[in-house]
Amino acid sequence: MIEFFQSSVTQTVLTALNKGFVVTLELFFVTLIGALPLGLVIAFGSMNRWAPLARLTRWVLFRRGQEPGRMARMLIAFRPISLVTRFLVWIVRGTPLILQIIALFYVPGLVLEGGNPWPRGEVGRMAAVCVAFIINYAFYFSEIYRGGIQGVPAGQSEAGLVLGMTKGQIFFKVTLLQMVKRIVPPMSNEIITLVKDTSLARAIALQEVIWAAESFMKGNQGISGLWWPLMFTAVYYLAFSAIVTMVLGRLEKKLDYFQV
Amino acid sequence: MPILEVNHIEKHFGETRVLEDISFNLEQGQALAIIGSSGSGKTTLLRCLNFLETPDSGTIAVNGNVIFDAADPSTQRESEVRKKRLHFGLVFQSFNLFPQYTALKNVTLAKELLSQERPDFKQNKKQILEGIEAEGLELLNKMGLSQRAHHYPKQLSGGQQQRVAIARALALHPDILCFDEPTSALDPELTGEVLKVIRSLAEQKTTMIIVTHEMAFARDVADEVIFMDRGIIVEQGNARQVIEYPTQERTRQFLARYGEG
Repeated sequence: MIEFFQSSVTQTVLTALNKGFVVTLELFFVTLIGALPLGLVIAFGSMNRWAPLARLTRWVLFRRGQEPGRMARMLIAFRPISLVTRFLVWIVRGTPLILQIIALFYVPGLVLEGGNPWPRGEVGRMAAVCVAFIINYAFYFSEIYRGGIQGVPAGQSEAGLVLGMTKGQIFFKVTLLQMVKRIVPPMSNEIITLVKDTSLARAIALQEVIWAAESFMKGNQGISGLWWPLMFTAVYYLAFSAIVTMVLGRLEKKLDYFQV
Repeated sequence: MPILEVNHIEKHFGETRVLEDISFNLEQGQALAIIGSSGSGKTTLLRCLNFLETPDSGTIAVNGNVIFDAADPSTQRESEVRKKRLHFGLVFQSFNLFPQYTALKNVTLAKELLSQERPDFKQNKKQILEGIEAEGLELLNKMGLSQRAHHYPKQLSGGQQQRVAIARALALHPDILCFDEPTSALDPELTGEVLKVIRSLAEQKTTMIIVTHEMAFARDVADEVIFMDRGIIVEQGNARQVIEYPTQERTRQFLARYGEG
């Protein structure tokens, strides 16, 4: 066992895997930093109640002295921002992430006049993958946020209203923390999935840990035909998801003092 | 002059008429009980008074000032509605305490936030906040909860939670305190402690409107009673009189079903 770890082949492989895993971690954290706030914006988009035709429709009905019919009800309920956002949610959640990565990386270069807009080499691959991951995860997070926001009972805001609080005070002082508590479990699920989904970046040859491991099957630094490095990447993922689980578990525990 | 004058309030939800021509007055220091079966519009009426619903027509006046007029949009501006709500306090059927705050913080939070609007808040911050906290503790003490001030709602029984909710509503010194079936969500053995608190508020001449299914309680504690059925006021008058000797057939049927509590 000790000999195995001391052999120069093992040393070479582990060094390469470590380097690959750093790329994996970069992708993981960039995605979180980008997608967590963007998801909230998207959530507010899908819950947006702006209905530009409602007033006009009601006014016309009023002038004509009519009761609203089917058409009028549709016009009143027409909420373009919410509609567009929900359409995008459907597109992003309804197609595979691997397809989104490939499309985002290759298609601009094929259709744009100026050729591939991404920077050359590894930097360009990383940029494209980060954009794809942030968009994909932001849309997933947005639905979790939406559930969290809408899950807080109406009685909470009503209690705030009758106590003379402003809408802003109700959001920040009453609803927000309850929402956070509600979303921690589903968010944890999604974040654990993200740990493993980073491997999809392999599809465009981003040099993350899976790519690094595979290179020793094909041939890298004079080593080829090794299959264990690929299997060994599981250890990295397991260790990292254990840490993530622990951190999120602590957060969950911290919010244990109240019930929603 | 009555402290509250409600005139010709109407409310529809879509095609359904929930309130129809509701008018009544309430004198300072009086307790008014609103009784009636589920769906009779009692809760909607309370929600209209607290600006949680907007009536389709009618007016509401407090101390002679019209604070709501369905025909006058200038009485419905969001910024003013917030202040007008403070004429009323509301105790909910399901308590609606803020779960992430202690009993004390539940009582003091709104007042702390309101005090930030005072011009002297920055100078006297510490003093003001200490004053609010002392008052909060005093209120909890009155509710018999001095030992529970630093407990979170989930550590309290339903009856205790509702008493915290009453203290929370009282903290803003509303002109009129409204109760929406305050004991309906409680186990029968816990209703007593909440009713006792409301009874003592009545003895202190707190102006109150109590929507309740507890007929004996309404009879003994309220000065006036309103019986509502399908959105209209069927009968109103002295509480003891109406509950013991109802003049309307519908009131009689209703009271027979409730067996006078």
